[in-house]
Formats: sequence, C-alpha cells, structure tokens
Amino acid sequence: MNNKHLLTGNEAVARGAYEAGLMFASAYPGTPSTEILETLAEYKDSLYCEWAPNEKVALEAAIGASIAGGRALAAMKHVGVNVAADPLFTAAYTGVNGGLVLAAADDPGQHSSQNEQDNRNYAIAARLLMLEPSDSQEAKDFTKLGFELSERFDMPVMLRLTTRVCHSKSVVEFEERQEVGAKPYEKDIRKYVMVPANAKVKRAHLEDVLRAMAEYSNTCEINREEINGTEIGVISAGVAYQYAKDVFGPEASYLKLGMTYPMPLEKIKAFASKVKKLYVIEEMDPYMERQIKEAGIDCIGKDVIPAYDELNTDIIRKAVFGEEAPTLSSDKTAVVRPPAMCAGCPHRGFFYALSKKKNIMVTGDIGCYTLGAAAPLAALDTTVCMGASISMGHGAAKVFRASNSDKKVVAVIGDSTFFHSGITSLIDVTYNKGVSVSVILDNRITGMTGHQQNPGTGLTLMGEPAVEVDIPMLCQAIGMKKENIYTVNPLKLAEVDAALDEALAKDEPCVIITKWPCVLKKFTQEDKSSFDLSPKKCVIDQEKCRKCKMCVKTGCPAIYSGDTITINRESCTGCGVCAQVCPFDAIKEVK
Amino acid sequence: MSETKNILLVGVGGQGTILASKILSAGLLEAGYDVKMSEIHGMSQRGGNVSTQIRFGEKVYSPIIGKGEADIIVAFETMEALRWISCLKVGGKMVINDHEIPSVPIQMGVAEYPEGVLEELASKADVSIFKASQIAEELGNPKTMNIVLLGALVKALNMPHIDWEKAIRDNVKKDFEDINIQAFYAGAAQV
Repeated sequence: MNNKHLLTGNEAVARGAYEAGLMFASAYPGTPSTEILETLAEYKDSLYCEWAPNEKVALEAAIGASIAGGRALAAMKHVGVNVAADPLFTAAYTGVNGGLVLAAADDPGQHSSQNEQDNRNYAIAARLLMLEPSDSQEAKDFTKLGFELSERFDMPVMLRLTTRVCHSKSVVEFEERQEVGAKPYEKDIRKYVMVPANAKVKRAHLEDVLRAMAEYSNTCEINREEINGTEIGVISAGVAYQYAKDVFGPEASYLKLGMTYPMPLEKIKAFASKVKKLYVIEEMDPYMERQIKEAGIDCIGKDVIPAYDELNTDIIRKAVFGEEAPTLSSDKTAVVRPPAMCAGCPHRGFFYALSKKKNIMVTGDIGCYTLGAAAPLAALDTTVCMGASISMGHGAAKVFRASNSDKKVVAVIGDSTFFHSGITSLIDVTYNKGVSVSVILDNRITGMTGHQQNPGTGLTLMGEPAVEVDIPMLCQAIGMKKENIYTVNPLKLAEVDAALDEALAKDEPCVIITKWPCVLKKFTQEDKSSFDLSPKKCVIDQEKCRKCKMCVKTGCPAIYSGDTITINRESCTGCGVCAQVCPFDAIKEVK
Repeated sequence: MSETKNILLVGVGGQGTILASKILSAGLLEAGYDVKMSEIHGMSQRGGNVSTQIRFGEKVYSPIIGKGEADIIVAFETMEALRWISCLKVGGKMVINDHEIPSVPIQMGVAEYPEGVLEELASKADVSIFKASQIAEELGNPKTMNIVLLGALVKALNMPHIDWEKAIRDNVKKDFEDINIQAFYAGAAQV
C-alpha cells in the first residue's frame, strides 16, 4: 500500500514530470492548472521551476529549455493557451531537443473561468500530438509518455486536462525519477530559425510527422479496446470515459482513447465494425465526432449529448437512455451563496469609494477584484480577459472623447494581472496620449488562484528572494508623469476618494496604485514592517446605531443585517471600512 | 468487495470540508478500497458554497456523484443540506450540523434564511442533527467542527475495521492530534 498515493490529476502531472527527469518548468497560475507547478516546487532539489509573468513567457521559456536539451514543461489554464498560442504554433515547426510538454487545463462548466473553450481544437490547428488522461494514474503515466513521444516525434506534446481530472483525487503508484539529464545542444539554424525559407521546409515536413504520429496513434496501447457486448460501442476519452463506464456499464464495449491527436481512425473503423450502435461520449465540442464522421464512420454524439457545460453521469444517462434517478426534493429553497470579497479584503475600500463616482465607466480585469462587479458595490462595467482593463479603458476613453461625452474611464487591474499583460496596455495609454485612469490593485500576491508569488512580491516559486518590480518606477519609465502616479492605502476611503477625484480631473493619463496585502496572505517580514497588520476588530455600539445600513452596503461578509446590525467577531479583521462609512459614529475599532 | 458508495460533504468555504474528506479518503485507501475524491477550487473559495465528493468501492469510475446517488450527505451548514438534497439517494442518510451561516444576500437583508429547514429535512430523510460547532467549541477548538462531523459520518458508515485514529494523526499537525481525536469520538457519539 505504501507506494499508492491519492493524488489530484495536477499533483500526478507534477509527479510524472519529476519521474521523467524534468529539468525546467514554467507556468502562470490559473484554475484548474495551478497546483501542477505548486507541486513541482516540492521537488525543487531535483529540478528548476518558476512562475512566469504570463503563459506566453512560460511556454517560450520552456521551448528554450527544451532546445537547450532539458526536458521542459509549461502549464496553464485553457485561456492561457490563447496567450501562448503564438509560440505554440511555431514550436510544432521547430520541434524539440529535450522533450517538451504543454499541460493545458480546460474548465468545462466554467467553475472558475470567463469562458468555456475546448482546447483540443488547438491540437488540430497547431498539429500537436495530444494526450488526454482520464484519472490521476493516467495523468502521471501520460506526462511521462509525453516526454518520450515529444523526443521520438520531435514535436511538443499537449497534455490536455479538464477540471475534474485536475482536481479529482485517485490512486497513483509512484516510481523512481529517471535522471535523463540534458541532451547535447547543437546549433541548427534550419531547425530553430523560423524565417520563411526554413519554415516552409518545416511546414512540409510536418505532414510526414503527422503521418508517423497517426500510425503510432493506431497502434499504441493507450488507445485501447475493451470488447464486451456487441450491441453498444462507446468511444470516449478523458474524464468522459469514466462517466461513460458508469452509464453504459459492463455490457457495452469501449474504445478508450488516451491519444486524441492525431486520431486513430483505423482503430476506430475496426471498433465500429464490431458493434451495432456507436456512441461518442465527449465533453464540449464534437471534436472526436467530427473527425470520426469525416472518416465516413456513422456514430451518435452531439445529437444527444450536450455540446457545452460539464458532463456527468446524470446528463449522459438521461441523454442516451432517458433515465433519471429518483430524487428527494423540497418546497423550501436554499438562498444563493455567491462568492464575495473576504472580510477585510483591501479591494473593498477602493471599490466602495469608486462606486460613489458618477459618470464613469470602469473596465475590470481577471482576479478576486472581479467580485467588485457583485452587488452591493456593482462597481465594474466590463471584464473580458487578462490585461484587458487598461487597453479596453484606453479605447473607451478615446471614443467618449471623440463623441464629446464627458464620461471618464477608470481601468482596474490587480498586481499579478498587471505584470501578466497590463504593462503593454499601459504603454498604449501613455504613448498614444490616453486619458483614462488606470488603477493597479497591489495586494502583494496573486490572490484568486490561492497566493502564488509574482514579480511584485519579492519571492520566487522556489522560495528564493528576488528583486521586486517597482511599479511606480515602471510606470514612470514607460512615460507616466511622476505627478500623475498616486499610491494610496485602499482601506482609507478619504485617501482613495481624493486620489480618484484628482486623477479624474486631469486631462492626462494617471495611475493610482492601491497598496495593501491580501487579508488571507501569509505575511512576510516585509509586509509586517511596511503595513500595520496588528489584529483588530470592529464593533457596533447598538445605542448609537440607527440601522441606516450604510455599513451593510459595503458588502462585507462579517456584517449581519437582522433585527439589529452586528459584526461577526470571528470573521472581522478590523479593516475599518465600515467605521468610515457610518454616519453616526456607531462603529468603533477595538483590540 | 462491494458496490460503490457515495459520500458528499457540503458546506461553506473555510469550514474544513477538504481536511475531513482527506482523512476519510486516507482511511478508505489504507483499507484497500479504490477511492476517488473530487472538489472544486478557485472562485468558490471566496465565501461560496463548497462540496467534496468521495466515491469508494472495488473499482470506481466517475469521480463525481450524480443526483439521487449519495448514500450519505454531511452538511457542515444547515442550509447547504437543503441545497444538496436532490443528490441524496432515496433512503439515504444526512448528517447535519445545526449551524446557520447566512449568505451575503441574507446578510444584506435582501433574502431571508429559510425557516424550518431541519424539520423539513427530517420529514424527508433519515437525519442525524446536532450542534457540531458547539461541541467543537466545548472541546476547546471550534475549528475541530469538521472532525466532529467526520466522526459522525464514520459512525454512520459503520466501518470499525479501519484505523481512523491513524488516518487523523497522519493528516493533522502533531499539536492538534489529540484534540482532533477527541472531536472525532465526540461526533461518533452523536449518531
């Protein structure tokens, strides 16, 4: 038993990479992929790993590490692959030296994402070998196999994961690490310099590689038949295979695919001929179904199975057999429990002050502060993607100006997101004479994904001290006037208010940096010496309270509005925002 | 061995559902079961409702539990028991912490915490209702509420052949081993 471990898919990918002799890993955190690198950091005596500022940088660094001869991995969530798509497509041309694996995690059902996209389409578009594990043991095995196949076919391998594979735990057996070391590096301009003359040759060569990979796909063990009955055959991959096994049971036959690009069409043809009715069970797009039908094989897929949202056994059972399990129900309804900014969150004070400003548009970004859009603050107008706040704000401000509107624009972005892709946007604002106000919410950590270091925190993933990016200096270096850069404490409403008023009144681009650590952060010595983080609580003097609910309108989850208004002592951190909005001086800070 | 059993732990972010499910899975794994456990990370942690699903048996496929499939639901908060009732197998059991945590709309006074939830659930299913939070507080550490509920769950599962004390010791910090074991037995005594 002692060799068996219960691991999440993410932990298993990290373990697989470690066992495969990985030398270099780089990633940007994003749910559901984050724990891959966090787990790799536990093996830091044997390998190097880092948080990159964004996914494109992470993948490029991994490509460089691979060309230098080391086995390398980049990890990201599905939308991160959009950011990294530029190097990804051309890496399929250059190929690799040390094995290169891209672990890309889709989020069907959008548990923690701004969109739902099926990244298997990237494998087709970029012509990448793709592996799809369906549980944690496969996540480990396929990661190891990925490095081997990457070297064998001279091709980056995409390891496609989904939320339920990433975050479900199942049993994994450990093996020893193979110390493969770095392969020798040889300068090879025709292989690695993708000017058109070389790239055209590589493009043609890619067709040969595709044929070789397809041949492997048709013969490899991870694309396996489980022949039982002849009535129903099921082709499936990833976690959908697990659902299918529960729904179709031991009577059906299965073709379980571990390698889904190139598809094993010969094997599929052979399987199809053995069963009377063929189902393709897959989450999101009809990715496999389309290719199977194109090959002239009849199958049932998205005509019954939903083409969006997460699948589960209920959905498949109902779709295929029209069966539903008997359930209990109640006339009473549970009130929704939407996520909210934490009690003591430094973003609350800023958003409260911002929500009082009239005639503004607020472009938002991706992070905990996206919750600024929730009631009662409702202080955001837009959220699209990482880094979009500043650039969208710039475009919006230009149009308001051109149409003689006096509407002003405030862009709101977190520290990690600013480093990710907000800096280039801010250059657009400063260089092209923008007029928006950009607010960098610097809470000293990457919050939403669970506290990863970033270039502003002064620590690396491997726990080493690093030189922090100086945000005000950076803003100056890209053309922001010194007098237009404000640094404020977001928990001091008057300070935030004054900075917003001054910046909004200017006809020049401005930056406001709100600087206070995330309330959930494990504070560093530097945090403790830079900020007053001593424990405090706020209490309401019931004699003074007139129940005006101004404090309730800050949206703090520690404040409860019933017959009386009270503050939950356990969750209150004494941030004092409620005390500042109370018109009757009824809220006091106590030790 | 046996057919697959389904356990659902539901609550509010920060209540310790994940540690409880980790200890449960460790015990089951040690006893030789195939175990799968699924949870959702990310946005839901910020005060939203959370769920952890554990399936175990000889061979487990899907890591998630469907509607009407849970043999036991452990609700760390009262209203969450109501939210997940459709997942309970008809004839299944609910272990419920008699403890209300209002959600943001309730705190803001725009919605009301539903009344009579416990009576409603008791009329629909086999329930064990007790004040796990209070028991943990009386033991001297309110955070052990999750282990009080784990104790009740394990009792309801009726698997005395598993070394649960070891599973707890392996998964909590040394200084908190004894208090957690006390909490475990205090919870077991409630079922």
